[in-house]
Amino acid sequence: MTELTLGRVSADRARLLRLLQEYGVYLGVLVLLLVNIAFTPHFLSGENFRTQAVQVAPVLVVALGMALAIGTEGVDLSVGSVMALSTSLISLYLGYGVWIALLAALLGGIVVGLANGSLVAFVGVQPIVATLALMVAGRGLALVMLPQLKQVNDPDMAALGSGDLLGVPYLVLIAAGLALLVAFVVRRTTFGRQLLAIGDSRPAAQLAGLPVRRVLILVYVLCGALAAFAGVLATARLTASDPTSLGTLMELSAITAVVVGGTPLSGGRVRIGGTVAGAVLIQLLTATLIKHDLPPSWTQIAQAVVIVLAVYAARERGKR
Amino acid sequence: MLSVSGLSKTFPSVRALDGVEFTARAGEVHALVGENGAGKSTLIKLLTGVHRPDPGGTLTYDGREVSFATPLDAQQAGISTIYQEVNLVPLMSVARNLFLGREPRGRLGLIDFRRMHREAERALAELGVRVDVRRPLRELGVGAQQMVALARAVAVDARVVLMDEPTSSLEPREVATLFGVIRMLRERGIAVIYVSHRMDELYAICDTVTVLRDGKVVHTGPLAGLDRLRLVSLMLGRDMDTVQDEGLTKFTGEHDAGREPVLRAEELTARHRLSEVSLDIRPGEVLGLGGLLGSGRSETAKALAGALPVDSGRVTVAGTRVRGGSTPAAIRAGISLLPEDRKAEGIVPGLSVRENIALAALPGLSRFGLVDEARIDRIVDTFVKRLRIKASSAHQKVGELSGGNQQKVLLARWLAMNPKVLLLDEPTRGIDVGAKAEVQKLIDELAADGLGVLLISSDMEELIEGSDRVVVLKDGAVVEELTGDQVTEDRLMRAIAAPAGESRD
Ligand SMILES: Nc1ncnc2c1ncn2[C@@H]1O[C@H](COP(=O)(O)OP(=O)(O)OP(=O)(O)O)[C@@H](O)[C@H]1O
Ligand SMILES: [Mg+2]
Repeated sequence: MTELTLGRVSADRARLLRLLQEYGVYLGVLVLLLVNIAFTPHFLSGENFRTQAVQVAPVLVVALGMALAIGTEGVDLSVGSVMALSTSLISLYLGYGVWIALLAALLGGIVVGLANGSLVAFVGVQPIVATLALMVAGRGLALVMLPQLKQVNDPDMAALGSGDLLGVPYLVLIAAGLALLVAFVVRRTTFGRQLLAIGDSRPAAQLAGLPVRRVLILVYVLCGALAAFAGVLATARLTASDPTSLGTLMELSAITAVVVGGTPLSGGRVRIGGTVAGAVLIQLLTATLIKHDLPPSWTQIAQAVVIVLAVYAARERGKR
Repeated sequence: MLSVSGLSKTFPSVRALDGVEFTARAGEVHALVGENGAGKSTLIKLLTGVHRPDPGGTLTYDGREVSFATPLDAQQAGISTIYQEVNLVPLMSVARNLFLGREPRGRLGLIDFRRMHREAERALAELGVRVDVRRPLRELGVGAQQMVALARAVAVDARVVLMDEPTSSLEPREVATLFGVIRMLRERGIAVIYVSHRMDELYAICDTVTVLRDGKVVHTGPLAGLDRLRLVSLMLGRDMDTVQDEGLTKFTGEHDAGREPVLRAEELTARHRLSEVSLDIRPGEVLGLGGLLGSGRSETAKALAGALPVDSGRVTVAGTRVRGGSTPAAIRAGISLLPEDRKAEGIVPGLSVRENIALAALPGLSRFGLVDEARIDRIVDTFVKRLRIKASSAHQKVGELSGGNQQKVLLARWLAMNPKVLLLDEPTRGIDVGAKAEVQKLIDELAADGLGVLLISSDMEELIEGSDRVVVLKDGAVVEELTGDQVTEDRLMRAIAAPAGESRD
């Protein structure tokens, strides 16, 4: 038994922690920006900003879907494989025109999402296991369809990958538009509310008559479609289809962006603004370390530190 | 034994306790009473290290000033607690729950399961509970779970035992057992702090009483000699004149029931749970469901609401058959269920009061899948006022509300659906005297408006006065139906006690 020693310190500390949980990501982004402006040569060039933004776009698009899955207390590990599947499908169908190819890629993502969602909603498989199965199967399928790297020589795809509108790359515009759309869906639609309720307490949602299965399936379908679309964007940027490496470890980057952005893994809450900031934070972190000639392994360690910090901050939530 | 002074607790949105002075003496049963949200549970949680008090207050235990950083600290110091919401591990076995943190160890430090199971069985048998202690806890009903919590609390060598509404899900028989345990604790010189909204219980078992209102102590002293009416008026902070005798239920009695049943259940059968349960609910009547714990009352309600799959049998609402085993289908047909276990199956703790109330009615409050915020605001506003839900704002998380207010939020959720049939499983559990009368009045009004109501209540008085008819269940089957003048406590007790099948005509 200890003496009663409660100063103002603990109350202030609690408040500080709460602020950090809410706005920590934004602070992190700000700090990295300032550090880079101070120490990285040529950081403040428009060219550099473009590069960073274009690189972050596909990650963000995947992370948006991931945020929805995590909001239901689930996760989707198959996103990277869906990107690979998507890039294979594009190469295969580009001969029929760019729109057909795009449609095929999205359909691929939707089918994988349907499989994930059905396993989770009807069979009752844990999301992590269900999507792990599709993660393995998806990349396998992608490699069967397109065994090795293939150039994509399509003017429309090239335009999508490197064109811009008033100086803002298409990729960035599209990712930003999707972020706004998903934020709107989460906040203003019945589906969004139901998604959060299911993530917070599934038995309660069920007894309240919510269409739990339909919502879960839709969540994984959206996640799959967004990942497939991210695959399209990445293909356009690289002007090549490479199902062997495209999207590898993407699930980890996406989960990191979502979690660092303040969306709890326990579901019931989705923060899209935070997810955007989370994706940017990781991108900046990677870029900073690369620019200062640190080996890639450092990037991974730095990412790990950021994740641990974010999870630690989240752990304190709701205590006391 | 345990005393606090100048204790306050401020949550981000509300000051739950304000300068509380409180002393629990050895060998004394101390009642802690107050309206929903008065701060009773918060005080208990401060005493046990779940929450941290604001700086400035002191907590004295056994003559020394202490502060408990975690519930474990408090437990090891000899303070054991039965929380308002059962606080055990649902997937673990009953025995493991009983011994959690102090499992009997064999050689090599491994858990000695055989001894643990034996001792668990004995401890529970002493409380009159006979269950397979190897089964996961969640397979037990809420009442039985509460008895496990009780067994756990008294099994450890406690010097102070805190009980936050321990009887809210117990049968009369179990309440008697509980009181036996409390008396034994008192004789052993243990300090007991007892929170309850049931006046009868307080007068039956407690020596001293402390009344909390809006986080402040408004009265403390011996209970004997304190008039019931005076106690209620202290709790509510209203004049004695304006407080009617709240011990009586607020039901008016008979209703004009329609002829044609609005809901008809025929031979509902679910293996091991229900066998051929048939019943009718007419519009404008309150049908009571009587029976012991595990007699199938909650299961019947769940089966009607599509939340429990049935093997055979059918449910019709206003002549149309309802697809079985589907909650959405039942809800569309106009059946609403207020579930028994509000913590696990009712509230969505992380969402706000507003979202929780609107949850089930959401599709009806949206256009093209977009939520109509203004309409939600109107509905939420109406119900918060009508049920007097106490929250800092409609945007407060439901998980932060006091137990009674959570119950009201759930009730609001279902009333917002404008149902045809309302199934109420323990609707007034944990609700304070004022609000209880209000909810009972509401049930009456709803029936008068032509709603069919099914009422399940462990509170005999409530069941008898509230119901026009009572169907008695036993082992998942209907054993008797009491109508009109037959609805008396005596008849009900006899029907419940009779062996299955015998009293069926
Ligand atoms: N974790 C929390 N965060 C914010 N506010 C809280 C929290 N816990 C309790 N409160 C608030 O503190 C007040 C007192 O709550 P408490 O649970 O102590 O009431 P109570 O007297 O036990 O009521 P009941 O009879 O309904 O159980 C309420 O207004 C409640 O909303
Ligand atoms: Mg309470």
